[in-house]
Amino acid sequence: MVAQACTNMALLEIKGVSKSFLAEGKEMVTLSDVNLSIEEGEFVCFIGPSGCGKTTLLRIVAGLETPSSGSVMLEGRPITGPGPERGMVFQEYSLFPWRTVLDNIAFGPELKGEAKEERYRRARIYLKAIGLESFEQSYPHELSGGMKQRVAIARALVNHPKALIMDEPFGALDAQTRNIMQAELLRTWENKKKTVLFVTHSVDEAIYLGDRIVIMSARPGRIKEIIDINLPRPRNRTSPEVNQIRDRILQDLRSEIKV
Amino acid sequence: MNGDWAKTLRREWISALSLASLVLVWQAVAMLVGDTLILPSFLQVLVALEASWKTLIFQDLPISLLHFGLGMGAGVLLALPLGMGMGWSRHMDRLIDPMVEVIRPIPPLAWIPFAIVWFGLTHESAGFIVFVGAVFPILINTYVGFRSLPRVFVESAKVLGATSNRDLIRYVAFPYALPSIAGGVRIAMGISWMCLVAAEMFGVSTSGLGYRIWSYYYLHKMEYVLLYMIVLGLLGLFIDRAFRYVVEERMLKWRAGLTQ
Ligand SMILES: Nc1ncnc2c1ncn2[C@@H]1O[C@H](COP(=O)(O)OP(=O)(O)OP(=O)(O)O)[C@@H](O)[C@H]1O
Ligand SMILES: [Mg+2]
Repeated sequence: MVAQACTNMALLEIKGVSKSFLAEGKEMVTLSDVNLSIEEGEFVCFIGPSGCGKTTLLRIVAGLETPSSGSVMLEGRPITGPGPERGMVFQEYSLFPWRTVLDNIAFGPELKGEAKEERYRRARIYLKAIGLESFEQSYPHELSGGMKQRVAIARALVNHPKALIMDEPFGALDAQTRNIMQAELLRTWENKKKTVLFVTHSVDEAIYLGDRIVIMSARPGRIKEIIDINLPRPRNRTSPEVNQIRDRILQDLRSEIKV
Repeated sequence: MNGDWAKTLRREWISALSLASLVLVWQAVAMLVGDTLILPSFLQVLVALEASWKTLIFQDLPISLLHFGLGMGAGVLLALPLGMGMGWSRHMDRLIDPMVEVIRPIPPLAWIPFAIVWFGLTHESAGFIVFVGAVFPILINTYVGFRSLPRVFVESAKVLGATSNRDLIRYVAFPYALPSIAGGVRIAMGISWMCLVAAEMFGVSTSGLGYRIWSYYYLHKMEYVLLYMIVLGLLGLFIDRAFRYVVEERMLKWRAGLTQ
């Protein structure tokens, strides 16, 4: 019955979310009245000028920050704090340096009290999916940046999250690695039909990945425009349609920065 | 196998040469001086070892290690939870920090009179002085380790399902701080070792390496004094090396990439 009721409801509902911080005694509005609903299985990219509140918005969805007003609902239930049903991949490297790759991935299951054999078995499935079987017993400092982010994604996915929240996860990677990681992420996303919220500074990345691109404006951060990308996948990075969309988004962003 | 041995031997050769020359120079100077009271020779110390090794190994050594172990154990038991609490909770930090800052500058040996009044001439008394020497370095390094924990590790753990303070400390803060804690224990062992000898010398104990040094000094048996000094030095070195081997090589392998 409940499941039935949920079918025509969005997986994630962001309703009137505002957020202010106190900076040097002054209240600074970072997000102002953000409304967005995200369907199950959707890949939503967020783009906007630096400081417009993209990270803040994602942190609110993750439960790491509470909105000053408004609410975020996951399957109709308000989000009150962080939890494994919303996985998050951070821009900075966040693997636990004291754990091996395998133990990093098995972290979530370990917290849930899963037996050693079972959690390693499951972690190995994800390890294999990211092609790092031979690094099972390596420590994070022995991995390249791209490998670290792969492990971070696997570590979030092993918890079977309903949504995967990614804040510029490939921001620190070189262009080549980045392209590979994007393709891999898409494959994972298509296999598991995960809902993804993905912040990026790269228009190309957004167009290559997203079903929708949310363009945000700065000071205070709010949603300026939402662009649907209906191009078939896998997408060509340089097709005329892509170029057209890119021009439009760049125009949008340029006008933002001028203001 | 043989090749490995040869390599190690070659590498150790210079160290051995260095130590051998020290012994030779020492022996030569001692023979020149010709007064056991001022500088006993290497050979005299060897004779002293021959005569007293049983007391040394079966009486003084175990007693000193007992004092050391008591103090270090109590130090870890108190400093670890306290440092963790202060590093994790601002409230606890504000509450306890002033007490720590007031008591910490008192040199451990200044506690000797109270150690005797409180515990008498017992092992606990010597252990107490060792404890005072050990507790602060462990406390401070634990605190610093917890305080320097990057936010991203805590938030990653939260997002992966660690929500209680207990889980966050157990799975994130403690393992992160472990190298710092281990460093604190190492410093504590160095300080405690000195405190131990001084405490046994100045009457907190009626046995042990430090006590024996002092009693040999009263008898002007300086070759025995020197023998005990050497034993104390070697033992201190051994304890430090053993600790480093066990902790750094085995437990803290993950640090390799961060320290070098
Ligand atoms: N904890 C905080 N305390 C005070 N101000 C904050 C805090 N977190 C964010 N801010 C402010 O909110 C604004 C938005 O920050 P946010 O990190 O969300 O931007 P962003 O869009 O992710 O930027 P970037 O693209 O550079 O990552 C910034 O001006 C920032 O200084
Ligand atoms: Mg950001």
